[in-house]
Amino acid sequence: MRFDLAVIADWIEPKATVLDLGCGPGELLAHLRAVKEVVGTGIEKDEDEVATAIGRGLTVIQGDMNEEIRDYPDKSFDYVILSQTLMQVFDPARIIGEMIRVGRYGIVSFPNFGHWRCRAQLFFRGRAPVTRELPYQWYDTPNIRVIAYADFTRFCRTFGFKVLNEAAVRERAGGGSGARVTRLKNLLATHGVFMLAR
Amino acid sequence: MSEYAGSFASPGVSVGKVEKLFARLAEPPGVLATECGAGLGPVTLAYETYGRLNADRSNAVLVCHALSGDSHLAGYYREDDPKPGWWDLMVGPGKGLDTERYFVVCANVLGGCMGSTGPGSENPATGRPFGATFPVLTIGDMVKAQKLLVEHLGIERLLAVVGGSMGGMQVLEWAVRYPEAVRGAVPLATTTKHSALAIAFNEVARQAIMTDPAWRGGDYSADEPPSHGLAVARMIGHITYLSDAAMRRKFDRRLQDRCEIGYTFEADFQVASYLRHQGQKFVERFDANSFLYLTKATDYFNLENAWGGGSLTAAFSRALARFLIVSYTSDWLYPTYQSKTMVQALKKAGKKVSFCEIEADFGHDAFLLPSERLTSLISGFLATLAREEA
Repeated sequence: MRFDLAVIADWIEPKATVLDLGCGPGELLAHLRAVKEVVGTGIEKDEDEVATAIGRGLTVIQGDMNEEIRDYPDKSFDYVILSQTLMQVFDPARIIGEMIRVGRYGIVSFPNFGHWRCRAQLFFRGRAPVTRELPYQWYDTPNIRVIAYADFTRFCRTFGFKVLNEAAVRERAGGGSGARVTRLKNLLATHGVFMLAR
Repeated sequence: MSEYAGSFASPGVSVGKVEKLFARLAEPPGVLATECGAGLGPVTLAYETYGRLNADRSNAVLVCHALSGDSHLAGYYREDDPKPGWWDLMVGPGKGLDTERYFVVCANVLGGCMGSTGPGSENPATGRPFGATFPVLTIGDMVKAQKLLVEHLGIERLLAVVGGSMGGMQVLEWAVRYPEAVRGAVPLATTTKHSALAIAFNEVARQAIMTDPAWRGGDYSADEPPSHGLAVARMIGHITYLSDAAMRRKFDRRLQDRCEIGYTFEADFQVASYLRHQGQKFVERFDANSFLYLTKATDYFNLENAWGGGSLTAAFSRALARFLIVSYTSDWLYPTYQSKTMVQALKKAGKKVSFCEIEADFGHDAFLLPSERLTSLISGFLATLAREEA
């Protein structure tokens, strides 16, 4: 499992209720169900991934997360997760606002654009960075935003999102393992993981 | 409201030979009180079962058929039957509704004409067929009768209720009428209430029957039914089950048994010939009055008014089941937005709901066609329910 997902799983209390936005084929939800006995729901727009997730017995709704999240009453879930999808969200402040409305806690993870490899590629080659974490060319990327760890911290302050926990992580090649970064986070972390609340 | 004209022989193992059974329910002094205020009893339901009920009676799955369906889900009555039951591709050993694991039950609806009590049955009070004196039924009445059958079979709680179209309406009704009795609800290609468009098509179909002089106010004899009206009604229905894309692919403007248009009112086009054929075939197996009663029941169906004082969220708040809702991209009879309305209300009611919109250009009928996608959705959903039960 991706290391940022392992960090997220670590933060979640056993038997909690979880909403996973952009859940894909349900990797995280299946893991959380197995190790934390969570009651999970996923939202995913791709029919194939939705079918895979439902086929493995998960509760998943096919649809656009921006619209689907609106229907939930306040505090419907303990945790609402947005893992490595924030780069594709049109209105990040609104979706995060919704996450911490329908959940007690929101958890967001994203690849750090401030990582030294991104900086080095831009600085030395003068070209848009293409890295393990952000493997796309400018013309085929699904991402509409680049997010640096430091920018996200400032964003939370600007919009008044309370940061309850944060992890700067450095994922090793292959993605299955990694380590926490404690110094020079914006330079050394490949990913940021944040737990937010109102 | 579906089209069962083409059953598909399915890959995999068949349930083999099956038998239609009959249950006499609501025997005196009992009576089945219909929503319109009448009392019916005793009532017969024709049904079939597949697989075995387990010791703690926790593996029963009820399948609700659509408008023109019947209790014959899968397998064969006789070795020389040309076709298996209407959902043979979904029901059998190792299939979506795995008869090695689940005890599958399907009954012909109340008001139907395939062995269950309906307008063609004899009215015990007069000794003659009910005809149009049969009480106007609702989806709720059909479900009440099914509940009696399920109790008759000694089943307190169903693992799941599954059905498409009119069968999907019954699934929804089951989940809110008998919350304790349903653990999983799988409504396919259906709606919580007919749109004006759906009512309009049904009304035209009914008018085709009722304006056939042979209908005689519903009091026709078995050997002189309003065949023409029923055939036209079927043709109208059939159009609504297809889609522009499906019809283009299947027929386009191709001509039938000729190279040029004939300048007559013969069935020049393949689509015209096909519809005429479907109409004729339907007349041989279906009763015109049943068609009127069943279509009217679907028009009257309104889950939010019946159970939620106009609020679908309030209606679904009653339910205890998990839901798996499936719609099809090209279904213009019960379009996806109607399924999304259900999903939205279930979310607001705090219920567990999964939803998948399957890309298919076959129109409303897609749920009856071979689909690995639907098979894996249903089997995954049921497996989780069964695991949680254990």
